[in-house]
Amino acid sequence: MATTTTQKPTPKKGMTRRQRAKYFRWIQYAIGIAVLVVIAFLADWSAFAKAFLNIDVALEMFPAVLTTGLKNTLIYTVLAFVFGFILGVIIALMRLSSVRVYRVLGSAYVELFRGLPSLLVLFLVALGIPRAFPGFQFPGGFYGQVMVGLGLTAAAYMAETIRAGIQAVPKGQVEAARTLGFSPARTLRVIVLPQAFRIVIPPLTNEIILLVKDSSLVYVLGVTLSQYELTKFSQSKVVEYASSTPLVVGGLLYLLITLPLSQLVRRLEIRHAKAR
Amino acid sequence: MTLSSPSKSSPTKTPIISIQGLVKSFGPIEVLKHINLDIYPGEVVCVIGPSGSGKSTLLRCVNMLETPTGGKVFIGDDEMTDPDCDLDNVRTHIGMCFQNFNLFPHLSVLKNLTIAQTQILKRSKEEADKIARENLTRVGMAHKEDSYPAQLSGGQQQRIAIARSLSMTPNLMLFDEPTSALDPELVGEVLAVMKSLAKEGMTMMVVTHEMAFARDVADRVVFMDGGYIVEEGPPEEVIGNPQEARTKSFLSRVLNPTEVPVGDDFAAAPAPVEEGHVGIPERGLDTNFTRGL
Repeated sequence: MATTTTQKPTPKKGMTRRQRAKYFRWIQYAIGIAVLVVIAFLADWSAFAKAFLNIDVALEMFPAVLTTGLKNTLIYTVLAFVFGFILGVIIALMRLSSVRVYRVLGSAYVELFRGLPSLLVLFLVALGIPRAFPGFQFPGGFYGQVMVGLGLTAAAYMAETIRAGIQAVPKGQVEAARTLGFSPARTLRVIVLPQAFRIVIPPLTNEIILLVKDSSLVYVLGVTLSQYELTKFSQSKVVEYASSTPLVVGGLLYLLITLPLSQLVRRLEIRHAKAR
Repeated sequence: MTLSSPSKSSPTKTPIISIQGLVKSFGPIEVLKHINLDIYPGEVVCVIGPSGSGKSTLLRCVNMLETPTGGKVFIGDDEMTDPDCDLDNVRTHIGMCFQNFNLFPHLSVLKNLTIAQTQILKRSKEEADKIARENLTRVGMAHKEDSYPAQLSGGQQQRIAIARSLSMTPNLMLFDEPTSALDPELVGEVLAVMKSLAKEGMTMMVVTHEMAFARDVADRVVFMDGGYIVEEGPPEEVIGNPQEARTKSFLSRVLNPTEVPVGDDFAAAPAPVEEGHVGIPERGLDTNFTRGL
């Protein structure tokens, strides 16, 4: 026994690398627990519960929070997505065009709207356009404003995603189609775009998640009671009940939309990785 | 042309492909240097040569996948190089098979074969399905019509790609190294399909590294190097008894791949970049090259 202990490899600073990693892990845990304990002691839990977890207030929000808040959030998201997607495809095709003018315009659009905050774009649509074009009415009124206001920004991001998707379709696919006698336009429609869309479904789903959250910005357009989306709806209830519970309810409803979507993205990405 | 295929039409007819003074440059690099080649109906022409010799580019110029820099390409009476030529229309009569198959991965096998028939040739769905199934049977893939390309082996995909081209009832078929991307044990099934196609009298222009195929199936072999046609003729002449030193050196290398050339004339041979040093086969060639044949 004595011989084996003396045979030990010379320890560096007394610990192996694995031991050292373990040691530091424990220090991290200890700090984390200490922070939690301090917070737990300092917080006024009864006041917290009353403000954030008031069941009566939460129950009173239903069903209006679903029929107004959630419904409007979904409507605004879908409107903005549809507008952004169609415009995004057009911009993407412009960026890939052989015509220089189109390429420049497409790039300019993307750079401009990726560089601006969505809130500012919404203000521009809501306040700038009516002033610049007196008498101009958005088709669809308020909904038209929402669609364009959120969609303009979304289109810039989606255009980049879709462009990448189109470029990811192998060149041989185009050659095969052209060889069979497909015109360039038909090649794009029948062969390239269907494959590109398959590639961009996961990133576009991410774009939907962003839009769900950005839809909370439309309150700056000056919304009426029936046009309240989740955030504005919850905020108005905060004032009404003098409780923060509505924000918790609103937040949970957002997660109800976004968490399944991000799960879906993950699954699609795994499936895509397998298919390649 | 040999007498081995008496069923084929006489080469005295007008050519189905006529390449006249074809020049193709990529930037400053001239890949094809004044190529003349006529291919007659029913003929099987194999184009061989080292990589970088321009043989694939030549094939791709035939159906204008590459736009020639100079010269003319005729398919029958249609001048492909004429800017007013209706390329899409002429291309429907030219089948082409690629090294990487290029089947449409988002469509089933049957749909791969019918989509151009219904959309371009405006055939009815029933007719297109019928023709597609006939051609799938022809390449031995009838049992896979509902599969998707990703579920199939490379050999199967290439056979389906051939069937897809055949479904357009083409007048001629172009093959761009159809077996180069295949595992060795899958090469045979594709070559067998091509061989039967040749027997049926299809006009074929085949860029290939399969010397055995070229020797057995081709009516004419064209050896290219450095952007020129160095030698052309019946396979027993070009492959069996090559006259030009470039051809000899290429063939000895391909046919005895494990032998290391002694004289090392090869060191320069595969890369025809040095001006005036190699790759100018019209004048004399390296006549001191005598190795191995």
